[in-house]
Amino acid sequence: MAYSFPEEVLEHVFSFLSSPRDRNAVSLVCKSWYEIERWCRHRIFVGNCYAVSPEIVIRRFPELRAVEMKGKPHFADFNLVPEGWGAYAYPWIAAMAEAYPFLEEIKLKRMVVTDESLELISKSYKNFKSLVLTSCEGFTTDGLASIAANCRHLKELDLRESEVEDLSGHWLSHFPDSCTSLVSLNMSCLGSEVSFSALERLVARSPNLRTLRLNRAVPLEKLANLVRHAPQLVELGTGAYSAEIRSDTFSSLADAFSACKQLKALSGFWDVVPSYLPAVYSACSGITSLNLSYAAIPSSDLVKLISQCQNLQRLWVLDYIEDSGLEALAASCKDLQELRVFPSDPFGAEPNVSLTEQGLVSVSEGCPKLESVLYFCRQMSNAALIAIARSRPNFIRFRLCIIEPQAADYLTLEPLDAGFGAIVENCKELRRLSMSGLLTDRVFKYIGTHAKKLEMLSIAFAGDSDLGLHHVLSGCDSLRKLEIRDCPFGDKALLANAAKLETMRSLWMSSCSVSFGACKLLAQKMPRLNVEVIDERGPPDSRLESCSVERVYVYRTVASRQRLDIPDFVWTLDEDSSMRYS
Amino acid sequence: MSMPQEHDYIGLSEPLPSEKSSDKTTAAAAASNVERNGVFSLKETELRLGLPGSEAPERKGGVGIGIGIGIGVSLFGKDESKCVKSGAKRGFSDAINGAGKWGLSINGGSEVDLGQKGGVNVSAVKREIPPLEERKNEAAAAANTAPASKAQVVGWPPIRSFRKNTLATNTPKKDDVGGNSGTGTSCLYVKVSMDGAPYLRKIDLKTYCSYTEISSALEKMFSCFTIGQCGQGLAAKENISESHLMDLLHGSEYVLTYEDKDGDWMLVGDVPWEMFTDSCRRLRIMKGSDAIGLAPRTMQKCKSQN
Repeated sequence: MAYSFPEEVLEHVFSFLSSPRDRNAVSLVCKSWYEIERWCRHRIFVGNCYAVSPEIVIRRFPELRAVEMKGKPHFADFNLVPEGWGAYAYPWIAAMAEAYPFLEEIKLKRMVVTDESLELISKSYKNFKSLVLTSCEGFTTDGLASIAANCRHLKELDLRESEVEDLSGHWLSHFPDSCTSLVSLNMSCLGSEVSFSALERLVARSPNLRTLRLNRAVPLEKLANLVRHAPQLVELGTGAYSAEIRSDTFSSLADAFSACKQLKALSGFWDVVPSYLPAVYSACSGITSLNLSYAAIPSSDLVKLISQCQNLQRLWVLDYIEDSGLEALAASCKDLQELRVFPSDPFGAEPNVSLTEQGLVSVSEGCPKLESVLYFCRQMSNAALIAIARSRPNFIRFRLCIIEPQAADYLTLEPLDAGFGAIVENCKELRRLSMSGLLTDRVFKYIGTHAKKLEMLSIAFAGDSDLGLHHVLSGCDSLRKLEIRDCPFGDKALLANAAKLETMRSLWMSSCSVSFGACKLLAQKMPRLNVEVIDERGPPDSRLESCSVERVYVYRTVASRQRLDIPDFVWTLDEDSSMRYS
Repeated sequence: MSMPQEHDYIGLSEPLPSEKSSDKTTAAAAASNVERNGVFSLKETELRLGLPGSEAPERKGGVGIGIGIGIGVSLFGKDESKCVKSGAKRGFSDAINGAGKWGLSINGGSEVDLGQKGGVNVSAVKREIPPLEERKNEAAAAANTAPASKAQVVGWPPIRSFRKNTLATNTPKKDDVGGNSGTGTSCLYVKVSMDGAPYLRKIDLKTYCSYTEISSALEKMFSCFTIGQCGQGLAAKENISESHLMDLLHGSEYVLTYEDKDGDWMLVGDVPWEMFTDSCRRLRIMKGSDAIGLAPRTMQKCKSQN
């Protein structure tokens, strides 16, 4: 009794589905929907580059135009993954160069990208439009020069926080005069000075430029010139925000900003001279996003700036803002949705600013739309966390980093179980949680019981036993990514919940108590999981099986478990059931 | 530490254990001393890693290096012989449990924060080792004791390198900003590569206070494989003599160099420590022969260093 629409109709219907999850769901309905869907999918998101291979992707999706991919696990950001582990972009770029001549967009995160890859991109795709490299590394400014020179229709070049070997600023001059298509340019992570005249001409001939994020080397005195060429800017990242205090510099800057009627986001502000901050005041009423996380600005100047931004939705700031500044924020920015407070002096033994749990309490109380928080501080109490949880049940992301590992509730000296328990109990839509401070197995019981929508959990220096890990793996129904460091979690919980791991993207455990024997067993039991033992002490075989491994990274994969680029310090199960080592 | 030791950053002129007060580093230092001696006999059974085609230098003194990286030399040559298979308990696992230090630093990541004066956060280290009961007690203890010194844990607090390095080069006017500046205001990650090694490491310069600390840390970092494989060598540690160490030093094949802010490659140890940390962008453990022509160290300069 099946009746079917003509393919074209179904394709048309599917074209309204943009989210990868929806597309994936559609493709599972029946074989014919699978077929139709795969021919018309143009965008793909690969959360773990080793979960699948280029061949498999290309075979299934012949018509891709945009590829987004992530490589190293999140803890690589904190130097927990040794260099050389993997996540090389080149095999993907090379395979796609052949298969997708019309590819337009590539977005990579935490991958190793070489100049060779960049050159290949620039020469293989005639219609290439957008390159976004977030926290990537392995390339130099020469690679950027290839992109600039060869991508005739380039709209977007965004190098967010990538580690680029900066050979010179000359790459920017490779944009041909005929290139007028730029919409977004983010070079904030680069160190070298580019030719200012080349930059100015580029900006002047790019009428569609919406996002311009400069690097520190662009001096404040010249900023006004650039901004004047692009009054249509929506997002601006300044360069160094300091100069000799001169009224002509100030007034030309202020004039330039007042011409920017569309400005919504400001960032940059390296080396700030606070006297120049008022130059942006004219734009503040429209500002929804402010990234001052590299700016050392005293609390009073911060407050003056922020209180001009009544429509602020996102604020990233250093802890110079202090509790008093956060209180002012809570009073003036009622639309605030996301707050990140970074430490200005994370390694100092004593606090250098007056920022405590109180700041977070104020903001949670005062900002009804607050849903995402990343907060570094030096003290916390259960009482504060409970208050926060009650004020703000709409949190979807809650990341708290108390700088001292295993710091207890500073008022009662108890663990912070009750506080985080309140967070997961009250915030029913919580999708991401990072915890710190003194925590016992009890907090994991709360998490397993209440955090049903939790997708990503980060744990450090917490828990007492395997029971903690077991609570999380058995209770968190929506868990996709779990990353753990320095916790006494071991074999029992891992093996008892082996099946759960296949429903997740990945599990990272470092400096825990997982034995090599358990890793082997897990890999044997679960053929679709890749269990990577990352250990720099040499082959795990040369130690007792009961010896703990330094790190284990477990992820589901449909690709081969023997990745070709595996380095010498990573061991995975060989197909003949012995752990392969070099 | 006496002044002459400071200059001799490659510092094997005196057995390392006597310099360190901490027991944790003693065991590892002893282990690494052992390796220098023991590696000859164990070369056959040593597991080696390295790029295809790279060869381990075949000379007696070859393992000796100012910073003991010579161990790494033989380490990084490819060799068909596999190491002792399972069955033999690794000699150094005793050292691990006893010393305690390996637990945190090695497991934590690619940096080895062994140079820390205050040593490593003890309660975190102990977490490495089961039994449950011990851990429960330690957790309670940790809750109530303030750490004596601010020991740096690898990758903690969780701040991206990009941000850390930016904070390091940021020069805020701390007085204007209010509050006192902390004792260690920043951290500075630099890459360390070694000629012939298959991959490089990153270390945080701010965790070290002297050339001796950094040299012993690097030595451990790049020799960790050998220490792992040649556990049996530990037994031979009593045979190390000071004169033997001196021979190794003078027969050294590798030197530690750095790239400064101007892009020039310099020998490590020529300038006062603070100047070095301010200007060092990258480190490279270079073959001695390649280092000819780098700014030479003069005895005068070294002696005047603090």
